[in-house]
This record gives sequence, structure tokens and C-alpha cells, in this order.
Amino acid sequence: MLKRTPPAAGSHRVDHELIAEMVADGARVLDVGCGDGALLQLLEDRRSVDGRGIEISRERVNACVAQGLSVIQGDADSDLDDYPDKAFDYAVLSLTIQATRQPRAVLENLLRIGRRAIVSFPNFGHWQVRWQLLTRGRMPVTENLPDTWYQSPNAHLCTIADFEGLVRAVGAETVEAVAFGTGGSRLPINRSLRLQNVLGEKAVFLLERA
Amino acid sequence: MFRSGADQEPLVLMSGTSLPTFDVAYQTYGTLNDAKSNAVLICHALTGDQHAANRHPVTGKPGWWETMVGPGKPIDTDRFFVICPNILGGCLGSTGPASINPDTGRAWGLDFPVITIQDMVNAQVRLIDALGIGDLFAVIGGSMGGMQVLDWAARYPERVFAAVPIATAAWHSSQNIAFHEVGRQAVMADPDWADGRYLDQGRTPRRGLAVARMAAHITYLSEEALQRKFGRNFQERDALSFSFSADFQVESYLRHQGSSFVDRFDANSYLYVTRAMDYFDLASGASGQLSQAFSRTATRFCVVSFTSDWLFPTHESKAIVRALNAVAANVSFVEIESDKGHDAFLLEEPELFATVRGFLDAGARRRGISERA
Repeated sequence: MLKRTPPAAGSHRVDHELIAEMVADGARVLDVGCGDGALLQLLEDRRSVDGRGIEISRERVNACVAQGLSVIQGDADSDLDDYPDKAFDYAVLSLTIQATRQPRAVLENLLRIGRRAIVSFPNFGHWQVRWQLLTRGRMPVTENLPDTWYQSPNAHLCTIADFEGLVRAVGAETVEAVAFGTGGSRLPINRSLRLQNVLGEKAVFLLERA
Repeated sequence: MFRSGADQEPLVLMSGTSLPTFDVAYQTYGTLNDAKSNAVLICHALTGDQHAANRHPVTGKPGWWETMVGPGKPIDTDRFFVICPNILGGCLGSTGPASINPDTGRAWGLDFPVITIQDMVNAQVRLIDALGIGDLFAVIGGSMGGMQVLDWAARYPERVFAAVPIATAAWHSSQNIAFHEVGRQAVMADPDWADGRYLDQGRTPRRGLAVARMAAHITYLSEEALQRKFGRNFQERDALSFSFSADFQVESYLRHQGSSFVDRFDANSYLYVTRAMDYFDLASGASGQLSQAFSRTATRFCVVSFTSDWLFPTHESKAIVRALNAVAANVSFVEIESDKGHDAFLLEEPELFATVRGFLDAGARRRGISERA
């Protein structure tokens, strides 16, 4: 039998690499909005997690299952209610929260289902976004926000500062938070986040209930 | 064939009666490995049988799941030891209403006890025990076969590593019970049914059973598939005949489906097996909560439905998935785009094959089952 060799580090998305560092070996992980299953596969290869995924696109679900991942078709807004409390060690929402109808309810569900929640999102406070809006007066189109406003699935874009506000509003605690600058450089988010909110293209938050 | 003789435990049925002796006819494909860890049980549907991947002895046609089961196929017989039993109540070797009642020396007929999906599974458990197999790597089936898969997983979770219920439901819907009742009434309205004693009299309720099959067959297809396949095309004529002969291709097709079915299926068996499906309700045995039927399950599930299946529509598969999520079970769920209706699970559906192959391969890797038995 051929043994699957995990792809070399570096070929993965920087936020996925960070999440793979945050997650403990053998953990139970639910990846909400798992897309093509790249993160789940990385976590299974590197962390031997017991991984599950939810994905809205039928084609992607079928591709994930054919690849051997445990994935169901569903959506973050309506299907998280089914899961029992603390069913997973980590509930992950990777670059998806901005596309949900009710980000607050989704985040609360993540914190209920998982002992910890990991949320990543594109930062609408990034300087390129600000610059495009300021100089062109139009909704920005960047590497992390590639779609025009009328084609984008994103309904609730936010800045890192905005997201911190939501974390406070739902009474969660940030265990770790990192923004990613151009080229994937890590910018840890500390007490003051002014710089990260300008330089970070996207951010990853590890949260738990206080 | 497996025979549970008089020296063995009788099969206690859900109805409270029991069968002192019973037979389970079955086919196997592939080789059981030394660890006995590569056994896959395939459960057939209402009018299926044990001949999943070999030429059918009665019809001479290829097995009903030859596209799915075989060397190098999604259910790979180079890797897995595949067992496909004829259901209890069936008519191709397993004990059913056409079998001889040992007490009378005549066919059971309507004296045969009403059986359930659970009874079918219990008979299969006895077969698996007799084969010396502890755990099944996977239990797989579509439609009524899927009901057996769910029942196996619910009642024998420790013996089922992976479960693949396809185009099925955890309970038979009112509409489906209604269709079955039409079929049964058609059989019983045929004078040749003779109150169920037709075998004693050398008769066969051909017309009644054919009508039952014709009505049922419509439910296995979809409006789109029928339209695509037949439209309003005439059958061997250029114009309307202004009679009740089969003017349309679809009529001729259904008549053929009906008459060919009668040659290979026992009418009383059709009554009993449809009844077993009607009685199936996995939640009723779990205080009305479907999720409770799966509490603490470690089985890996792969639930599959088809977009155009209106007999077992996607929402019924989703109800299973929701119940499994409620107990945080390991579940995959795929809805496959197809216009072929319920029958899609028996047909050439590349996405179905890819799903089953990927799911089984991943499970086999986890179980350490080598690619060749």
C-alpha cells in the first residue's frame, strides 16, 4: 500500500499552516465551510485529527468525500444547530464568517460546539482596501477579496478591530490571534492592534468561552 | 446457502412469532483475509436478490450491481470479501412465503409470518456469525437495502465499521406506503392470486403482480427521465390507433417491465417485502428520537441521495444526517445530481462510484486493509 506523504510545508496556505500549529494531535475538529478539504487534509496528515467538514457547494462536498474526507453538504447559518455542545475540540471557520448571514449566531454556535473556536477572515481594514476605497471610491478588489461587489459571496465584511468587538460582544476570550501581512509574514495581535489592522491581509483568531 | 436447522436457535421475529428453521441464500465475491477484517455486506432492495455481481440464474442478465461490485470496481473484490444475501421473505432461496412450510408440506403462502427489516437483519446476523465473521468492514445498500444498513448500524454498531445507506430513509413515508398498498391490492385483486394459495393450485397472479410492478416502476424513475427516454413517441406505429393497445413507447416499456418481473418474482413475496418496508421506522424503536437510535455510534457513515429521487427524496437522507450530527457521529453526506430518479443508485453514476470508492478506500486505509486480500 502506498503511504500518503504529506505535501512539504510551504505549499499550504499560511492561515492553514497556523491553524495546524494551533490544533492538538488527535483532536476532534469540525471545519465549517471546508471548501476543497485542503485544511482538513492537512490536519489529518499532520495532526491525525478526527476531522469533519461542512461545505455548501455540492461539487466540493462530493470531491472531499471521494478523497476520503468526512464532509456533509450544509451551511453554517442553518446546520450548526444540529450539533451537540462540546462535540468537538475545535470548531474551525476558515475565511467563511464574512459570507454568513448571521456571523454572531454562527460564532456563538462555534463556541458552543467546540471547546475552542478558530476563525479566520479577510481584513477589510487592510491598507490596500482603504486605499482603493479612498482613491477610487469603489468597493475594493484585492487578492483576498477577488470578487466584484455584485459577484462576491461576502455579506458581512469586517476589520480586525470589528471582529475583536464581536469577540467581546459574545463574551469569548482570545487565546491567540495572528494577522498575516503581505507575503504571509505573521503579525501577532497584541493589546494594540492599530498596525495589524492596517497591514494584515487576513487574521486567525483562536477563541474560547471565558 | 446457510441453513439454520432445528438444532439451532429459532429466529424470533418482531411480530412475536418465530421461525424454528430458516435458510439464507447468499453469494460471495473476493476472499476473506486472515484477520477477517475485509468483509463487506451488501443489502439488496425490494426486488433485488443475492446475484449482485454475477449473471442472474433466472434472467441470464448481469448482476444488479455489476457496475459497483467486482475486481477494481468501487466495491473492489480484489480487496474486500463481499457477501450478498437474499433477504428473509425473498424468493430466490431464502425462506419466504413461497418456501415449504415444514408443518404442512405445502408452500407457506399467507401463513408465513409478517416480517420486518429488523427480522431480515437478524437473519443476516446469523449468516455472518456462521461465516465466522465478527466485524463487518462495511454494510452497503440502496433503497430497502439502505434501511437494512441503517438497522445494522443502529442495533449492531460495534460490528459495523462503515455504513453506506443510499437513496433511503429512516422510516417509510406515507406516500410510499400508499404506493405499496396500490401494488398489494393489484396482486390481491387478481383471481389467480387465489387468496394467496396460487402455488398449491399451479396458478400465478401474473396480471396483478405485473400491474403492481408497473405502478412501482414509475416511482423509481423521474418525470424528466421518462420524458427524455420516451417523450410521446409511438410504439411501432405512425399514428394513434384509437384503441387501448400500447400506442406509446412508455406503455410498451411498462408492460414489458411488468411481465418480465412476474417471471422472476413471487407475488406473495412482493406482499411481504413491501410490508416490511412499510413497517420500518427506526425512530419508533428509539423513543421517537432518531438520533437516539445512533447514540454513541463509532460507525463511519456515508449517506447518499439523488436530486431527482422523489421516492426517497434528499430531505429524508438529510434527516438521517441531522440525527447523526446530533450525536456527533462521523458522517459524510453527498447529494448526487441525476435526472434518473430513485433508480439512479443502480445505474451508471460516476459521482456515486467516486463517492463510494473514496469513502471505502479511506476507511480501508484506517483499518489497515491491504489493497489485495
